[in-house]
Amino acid sequence: MANYAIDVPNQSPSAPASRAEALRRFRFGDQLFRRTTKASALLVLLIMVGIIISLIVGAWPALHTFGLGFIFSASWNPVTEQFGALASIYGTIITSAFAMLLAVPVGLGIAIFLTEICPYWLRRPVGIAIELLAGIPSIIYGIWGLFVFVPFVQTTVQPAIIALFAPIPLLNQLFAGPAYGIGLMTAAFILAIMVLPFITAISRDVFLTVPTVLKEAAFGIGCTRWEVVRSVVIPYTRVGLIGGIMLGLGRALGETMAVTFVIGNAARISPSLLAPGTTISATIANEFSEAFGATYLSSLIALGLILFVITFIVLAMSRLLLMRIESTRAK
Amino acid sequence: MIAKTTRRRTVSSLVMGLCIAATLFGLGWLFLILGTLLIKGVQGLSFAVFTQMTPAPGNQGGLLNAIIGSLTMTLFGVLIGTPVGMMAGIYMAEYGRGSRLVSTVRFVNDILLSAPSIIIGLFVYQLYVAEVHHFSGVAGIIALAIMVVPVVVRTTEDMLLLVPSAMTEAASAMGLPRSVVITRIGLRAAKAGLITGVLLAIARVSGETAPLLFTALNNQFWSWNLNGPVASLPIVIFQFALSPYKDWQQLAWTGALLITTTVLVLSITARILGAQRTGK
Repeated sequence: MANYAIDVPNQSPSAPASRAEALRRFRFGDQLFRRTTKASALLVLLIMVGIIISLIVGAWPALHTFGLGFIFSASWNPVTEQFGALASIYGTIITSAFAMLLAVPVGLGIAIFLTEICPYWLRRPVGIAIELLAGIPSIIYGIWGLFVFVPFVQTTVQPAIIALFAPIPLLNQLFAGPAYGIGLMTAAFILAIMVLPFITAISRDVFLTVPTVLKEAAFGIGCTRWEVVRSVVIPYTRVGLIGGIMLGLGRALGETMAVTFVIGNAARISPSLLAPGTTISATIANEFSEAFGATYLSSLIALGLILFVITFIVLAMSRLLLMRIESTRAK
Repeated sequence: MIAKTTRRRTVSSLVMGLCIAATLFGLGWLFLILGTLLIKGVQGLSFAVFTQMTPAPGNQGGLLNAIIGSLTMTLFGVLIGTPVGMMAGIYMAEYGRGSRLVSTVRFVNDILLSAPSIIIGLFVYQLYVAEVHHFSGVAGIIALAIMVVPVVVRTTEDMLLLVPSAMTEAASAMGLPRSVVITRIGLRAAKAGLITGVLLAIARVSGETAPLLFTALNNQFWSWNLNGPVASLPIVIFQFALSPYKDWQQLAWTGALLITTTVLVLSITARILGAQRTGK
């Protein structure tokens, strides 16, 4: 492309042939550039299609052997080659659900703080600090969780919870000991911290789309700050908020390394939330490079396929909701 | 009436107090994590970390092969992923603006951006590792490049759309071909934003573990051979942290400090660059 500048002097009227030549070269270069960019855009689609096809192909032997029972069976036994995804799916959903239970209110709270309460000079630094939480690699959460958070939970938090709920029927099943430290609840808590910045960032952005006039009108008729947030800001941004929450959920469902460290990697379903469990991504991360036999490998890829389908649906819904907000903003 | 107003005020202050508490909660974890990392990581920081290979348990050693492996794979991953992502972004912002293809690509790209990274690992395993029958640095590079693409696509499109159309129209009016207008005017005007995107992509990729688990695997030794297994910092941290050996765990903490520092420095630089652009 650097030769265009050199070509320009050649376009003098005294040299019609070279002018035509230069124009031809221009056109050729232009076409080539355009095609390359289009091919790259198509490559993005191709990657997605490739992922779907390769997962289906890889998962096929397992799905063929176990049928639909693969999704509904909780046995995961490499020795007898009996594989079912239910324990992993259960762990994935439980940890993500509890993570959202904590991360959504806290994330919204931070977003409200950043848009409504925080003095202007403090907004940027606090916003960046929260976003840095998203920048910390997943494996760091894992090592920190395992060596710092787990011992604390094991010696302090879990014994207290177990003792608290011990006399209450049903709840004492849900919070049954022993205190391992690692387990579903610990993983959910770490996940909550990890998705917090995503929820905060999107909520803050959609909160900022609320027209000031609307808020001022509400303040003008005597609403308190909380009433403005509850009755004006949140209803106005509802669609975007749900989109942001779904995005956080998508992240939580697929999060791998941090969970692998703290969940205990036990492929079983226990009634207690404090017990070790596993998630789809943790199972894959732990067992894939040591998997022996075609059925074992294929079952792990089938797990990946299930995870991909779940996250694809969640993320697609998130995108559609956020696109709705973006198009109203553009108007 | 007065009682009701007081109650409403109290509720409001209470909720706002909770919002402040939520913020402190969030910031608290950041400082807690970074603090532990600093304390535990610095203890093991020595010259040997940067000059020696990963050791056998109980031996002296460092992280040199992992650092080199991470740097090489990240470098090549970014070198491959960035042009592809930029080209795709250029098509979306310049040629196909508003077309159906572009909105589909944008939708798919946004999903790729948030898709679980372990899925990318499985994909590359199926695509490459299963075909050539061995783990390799090349496979790791492919996986990282695939992670880079969506980040760069997103920022390139966003940044090019921000370039004032008067500028590109003026260039077009002078008779410049479209490709020259885009590369010489559009990309140059959006340069700071594009660099931000690439920095964010590097930051994202350099801490990634899951896609490397079954592509590049790991290597205890020095290896320039990208066709064989290559060590990387995240994988070494994963392996060493879960080992029962104290010296390995210490190396894991030191590695964790190195990675986090790199990633945070990259993302803060990216943000400062980004702020300069929007600040104008």
